[in-house]
Amino acid sequence: MGRGGSVRFWIFGSMLLIGVWGQEPKSERHDEHGGGSNVSGISIVSLEWEYVEPPYLVALWILVCFLCKLVIEANHHVTEFIPESALLICSGFILGGMIWGADKVQTFRLTPYDFFHYFLPPIILDTGYSMPNKLFFTNLGGILIHAIIGTCWNAASLGLSLWGCQIGGAMGDLNVGLLQYLLFGSLIAAVDPVAVLAVFEQVHVNEVLFIMVFGESLLNDGVTVVLFNVFNAFVTLGGPRINAAEIIKGIISFFVVAFGGSLVGFVFGLLFALLSRCTKNIQIIEPGFLFILGYLAYLTAEMLSLSAILSIVFFGVCCQKYINANMDENSVRTMKCAVKVFANGAETMIFVFLGISAIDKSIWVWNTGFVLLTLLFILIYRFMGVFFLTWFMNLTRLVPIDYTDQVIMSYGGLRGAVAYGLAVMLDEAKIEEKKLMVSTTLIVVYFTVILQGVTMKPLVKWLKVKRAASAEKTLIEKVQNRAFEHILVAIEDISGQKGNNYLRNKWFKFEENWMSRILLRPSVRERQDKVFNVFHQLNLKDAMSYVVEGERRGSLEFIRNESAFVDFKKKFGEDMTMSMPDIMADMSDDRSAASSTRKESVPSVSLEVHEQAMRGTRAAEGLDSHHLLQQHLYKGRKQHRHRYSRSHFDINKDENEIQEIFQRTMKSRLESFKSGKMGVAPPKTITKHTRKEQQQKLQNKKSKSRLSGDEDFEFSEGDSASGYDTSFPVRGGYRPGAGIENPAFMPDVDLPLQIPPWLEDVDSVAPSQRAQVRLPWTPSNLRRLSPLRISTRSSDSFNLAEAPGDHQDDQLPPPPTPPPHRDGDVV
Amino acid sequence: MGSRASTLLREEEIEEIKKETGFSHSQITRLYSRFTSLDKGENGTLSREDFQRIPELAINPLGDRIINAFFPEGEDQVNFRGFMRTLAHFRPIEDNEKNKNPTASEPLNSRSNKLLFAFRLYDLDRDDKISRDELLQVLRMMVGVNISDEQLGSIADRTIQEADTNGDSCISFQEFIKVLEKVDVEQKMSIRFLH
Repeated sequence: MGRGGSVRFWIFGSMLLIGVWGQEPKSERHDEHGGGSNVSGISIVSLEWEYVEPPYLVALWILVCFLCKLVIEANHHVTEFIPESALLICSGFILGGMIWGADKVQTFRLTPYDFFHYFLPPIILDTGYSMPNKLFFTNLGGILIHAIIGTCWNAASLGLSLWGCQIGGAMGDLNVGLLQYLLFGSLIAAVDPVAVLAVFEQVHVNEVLFIMVFGESLLNDGVTVVLFNVFNAFVTLGGPRINAAEIIKGIISFFVVAFGGSLVGFVFGLLFALLSRCTKNIQIIEPGFLFILGYLAYLTAEMLSLSAILSIVFFGVCCQKYINANMDENSVRTMKCAVKVFANGAETMIFVFLGISAIDKSIWVWNTGFVLLTLLFILIYRFMGVFFLTWFMNLTRLVPIDYTDQVIMSYGGLRGAVAYGLAVMLDEAKIEEKKLMVSTTLIVVYFTVILQGVTMKPLVKWLKVKRAASAEKTLIEKVQNRAFEHILVAIEDISGQKGNNYLRNKWFKFEENWMSRILLRPSVRERQDKVFNVFHQLNLKDAMSYVVEGERRGSLEFIRNESAFVDFKKKFGEDMTMSMPDIMADMSDDRSAASSTRKESVPSVSLEVHEQAMRGTRAAEGLDSHHLLQQHLYKGRKQHRHRYSRSHFDINKDENEIQEIFQRTMKSRLESFKSGKMGVAPPKTITKHTRKEQQQKLQNKKSKSRLSGDEDFEFSEGDSASGYDTSFPVRGGYRPGAGIENPAFMPDVDLPLQIPPWLEDVDSVAPSQRAQVRLPWTPSNLRRLSPLRISTRSSDSFNLAEAPGDHQDDQLPPPPTPPPHRDGDVV
Repeated sequence: MGSRASTLLREEEIEEIKKETGFSHSQITRLYSRFTSLDKGENGTLSREDFQRIPELAINPLGDRIINAFFPEGEDQVNFRGFMRTLAHFRPIEDNEKNKNPTASEPLNSRSNKLLFAFRLYDLDRDDKISRDELLQVLRMMVGVNISDEQLGSIADRTIQEADTNGDSCISFQEFIKVLEKVDVEQKMSIRFLH
């Protein structure tokens, strides 16, 4: 890769230059600035280094870190094996080395202040805002157990064991008190969200596993902060003064810190949601509020010595739904994008600086026993803790977490910059061995991030190798596998395996009635209600009024209006109400709740390498079909995984699929309904007609049928087909789902005007009341076209303009006299 | 008929269903409450419309076919027995069941019965063969709009080719079973029903 090589050379060269140059100005003094008393007079250009030094350095460092990332990402064959975070640390080593070489002193390092105030908040904001809420809250119990008990266990066991080893003499003549060991244990026990994410991005694990580890890493901050502060205070107090009262205070402080922090975040989240209700006129800077309020939430919690991370996490979690609904789509996109930029950038810088901080002679104190034992114990206790806790949890879980996942969970307990930051914050006066602790922390961080990161993928591969389907599947296997998924999803829905959780119902009701009402914009609620009606009741009458409403507003306008488009993502994506269909990606609790026995239907770990290899071995001809199928088969709901990713955000790809399916289903139901009315089975064959053909047929045919070519009305018809009055005789031969046509090629079904007028009692319907006409069906008609309807609406639908004239109307019988109002039955 | 109370499940019925389907007592009662919640007409049977009211089915590509599978040939109402009978196909196969009673009729959730269920989704006219047309229909349901009919046709042809052993360009049930023998049907067609 010659080109890559030269690029790299230039980049390294320039970084070296920058690094070196960054040091120079210190040794120079520019007097020109100091006063015009120099001889030469006015200087046209002068070097004002000191004036710009601080921001310049910051900007320069950001640039350097981003360039590192650029270089790393340019080499995919390397990133396949070594996670990006490890490579960034290595770049940090190199840079640190360069600076050390230039300066003999490590001028730059990751200071805790910078870390906790500038680098960490954006990352946590991103996680909070993009958190898959449903998944998170479903597994919250498990996550909390791991976060609280797991972290405490890790801290206590590590501290005690190390202390025991010290007594046993394994560490030479180190003299560290028990309390200090416990303090050390508490700061290193915490699993780090940054590191976890970075590594899990390479290895696609199943979502339950992911949310467990990830959620744990987020929530354990509450525990870590408390433990750290408590033990810090204890160390300050000194051993003898610790009595029961202090310990109780410690325990209480845990609750206060954790819940207080969450509460602060929650309050800010609500504030933001309320605010987003009114920001219609400042859409251009709407997105900015997310960052400002998030940061304020963080700082406020910090100020009150509560858990800042918890605060910003719950801020994001709480406000997600409302701001995504309230704000304009562009704003939402901007927010999602910007938050990722900041998070990614901050993460990059953290890792680079972690690397740089290592190249500093002054901080390294080595004690073989201490370091090695720490590493050992961390691993062991993590495994022990996870296995024990999971065993305990599996007793009550519907979907037990199997051993492979447990291993991955344990192995994925990476430590990262948070531990380092806390270590550096130790008070050297009270803790003599601070340097040792810092060094050990660094080693632990490098070990977990680099070594465990690199070996994670192979480990997973090795563990899963028995399960992953390696044989090449025949077409029918593929199709059938997908069909099985769909079937299972359907059966789960039919049998209502969602689980009627009392608490959850209560929360949904509360949320629906109070929170949504206050926090969502009225227009948004309206829209949601409309869709809500359509879906929930699947009531023909309502659907009719919906269609008619669209008619009234002028079909074109209605069609083009976005609100007509079922905004699945907005409505359902973040929706937690049980009565709404859980369509979108993150509605996966149902999957986990009911699908333990089909865990393996989709290998929970997908390795891209494997898939690519497989693809390459197919024959060319077969390749086409397989490839086509692969590309176009609808994914079942199970596969719409919500993958939280630092580097991607979804742009509603799934929505199209769902739209298609929905429209098609409604269309076919409509036809079946119509055919039921007509008493003739809809055609079983696939009818293939282009629109043009249709038009011609219209001109030529003598039959009393006419089509309205309105593709865009598909959705609106869809509503109308939803459920129908059971009083209509459905003759034999009704075959729902038969005669499925490709909607792209099919002549578009027109408006469902055959709905008897007695079902419409909506006032707005009045203008378009004409023509509830029936056509006598003949078999020949059926053969040629899909169900025929006359569209004789008098409104301004463009379909009328397309179709030939109204001459056919006269031949049709007058509308049948409506039987007595039967509205009640339909509902 | 009319009030919910009068349509409570009787013990004998539960026992019968238990014997026939293998569900446990609590599972049956739970599914019964689901049944009644779907039964808007409160007449003890479900019609197709009742199923269609479930919103998620509308966005399931095979939704309508699956609904159809609940209804016996030619009928439009399904009672609770029938409902359970269909759901029983999806019970996971437990190990102890395999050895229970070799002379008894095959349980509803056996591998071949599960496959039969899947087979029947394709084979609408119940002639025990999946014709090219039937396959095309199901494929079309499962695939997006971006595949043209010709392409889909060729996919269907290849699919039949792979499975068809006796050359009649249809897939019989035996051929269906054969071609899916490597697939872990027991797992892929099982749900753990809540207790």
